Amino acid sequence: MQSSPPPFFKRGPSLFARLAFFSVLSLFLLYADARFHYTEAMRKVIGVVLYPLQQLADAPGQAASRIGNFFVSQSYLQRENDRLTHENFLQAGQLQAQQATIAENRHLRQLLEMKERAEQTSTVAEILYVGRDPFSRKVVIDKGSSQGIEEGAAVVDDTGLIGQVTRALPWTAEIALISDREQVVPVQVVRNGLRAAVFGVGYDGALDLRFMPVNTDVENGDLLVTSGIDGVYPAGLPVALVSNIERNAAYPFAKITCTPAAGLNRHRQVLVMSRLAPLPEYPVAPESKKDKLKKAKKGK
Amino acid sequence: MIQSRLYGKLSGSEEILLPVKPLYLAITLFIALMLNLLPLTDWLLALRPDFVALVLFYWGIHQPRKIGFLPAWLLGLAMDVADGSLFGQHALAYSVMMFAAIALHRRVSMFGMRHQILHVAPILFMTQLIVLGVHHAAGDQVPGWWFFLSSVTGAMLWPATDLVLKIPLRQRHDPDDA
Repeated sequence: MQSSPPPFFKRGPSLFARLAFFSVLSLFLLYADARFHYTEAMRKVIGVVLYPLQQLADAPGQAASRIGNFFVSQSYLQRENDRLTHENFLQAGQLQAQQATIAENRHLRQLLEMKERAEQTSTVAEILYVGRDPFSRKVVIDKGSSQGIEEGAAVVDDTGLIGQVTRALPWTAEIALISDREQVVPVQVVRNGLRAAVFGVGYDGALDLRFMPVNTDVENGDLLVTSGIDGVYPAGLPVALVSNIERNAAYPFAKITCTPAAGLNRHRQVLVMSRLAPLPEYPVAPESKKDKLKKAKKGK
Repeated sequence: MIQSRLYGKLSGSEEILLPVKPLYLAITLFIALMLNLLPLTDWLLALRPDFVALVLFYWGIHQPRKIGFLPAWLLGLAMDVADGSLFGQHALAYSVMMFAAIALHRRVSMFGMRHQILHVAPILFMTQLIVLGVHHAAGDQVPGWWFFLSSVTGAMLWPATDLVLKIPLRQRHDPDDA
């Protein structure tokens, strides 16, 4: 055991003083982060320092999967290659048809004098790890603001929407999954164009379609896609399939549960879409007569 | 009887270890941070003890003069950035834990391993409770009872932590032999 000097030697501030100092510092940071988001710069600096450590911690897993990949059987590769060739062939056909549709759409939009839709670029990123915070549904990807990832960008996999970039550090970025409790996605029912909003419930595998009247026209198996009217998510990305509807006239709203279309916890690679062009400003309500009168009075 | 047992603990089983160098402290804390950063999922993640808290607490008990609040606070900030959680909650929790460790260091090292675990478990639990409290204040919901599993596994790992951290401090050869 370390022998401590008797207390009459000077040993700096007392234990309580040190505890108080560091607690107050922490509380100050908490308050600054929660209320004003002042701490982002500091977070970025620590994020840069942590990045090589995260890579290092990830290395054993990566090496194991690489060694596993090395010993994949020939027949498996052959089968996968066949499947991919087949898929590629089908998608090439669809793409050709789509090119014609895109051209036609642009032409029609010009005729109708509507704004052209901006073309989207996208970046492939790999998931470094699933968020360790059990309070939220987040993943961290290996691309960040230095690779052009922006906060607010939509993230998709091959079957649908996964989430949104909520924080872009220089080399990594945090994605809040759509199953996160704080995520809301504006959607449309493909079958009838009904607009609604899908809420995360805090665990994978289920989403809530809230605030729909009991007699709403939603059926089991309806596909929900992003409506694109929020200016965050591009329109038309599959979000969820309606899986269960409870209509109880005792409550004002129906309880509609959906399953996410994308594999929220299945993939290693994801696609980060670029930000949409900003929507035009929300129109300001014209001044009513009352307001004008008030102003006139004040002027006097 | 109690007195004789305590006396036995102090004189008999307490081995004389080499002095701890600050570099060794830093290396163990670094390894603990790496273990915390491992990309685990699901049950493994729920069961994973907070290695940084465990090692910080260990050094707070055994070397209270060489480790202070600053390493605890900085490692807490690092954990907050890695978790993407509110900035400062782990820093606060680790600071309070370091206070408990330094305040209790004489008392805890008097006890045997089994009774030390009974000290470690509530303090790790309290550390998690602070994190939970900050989340609650920020409007998050409690994830479930399994959230506290990691302080149980952490306390279980206390004897192992003690063994592993002592290895490089053992004297190479017994001075009495020479």
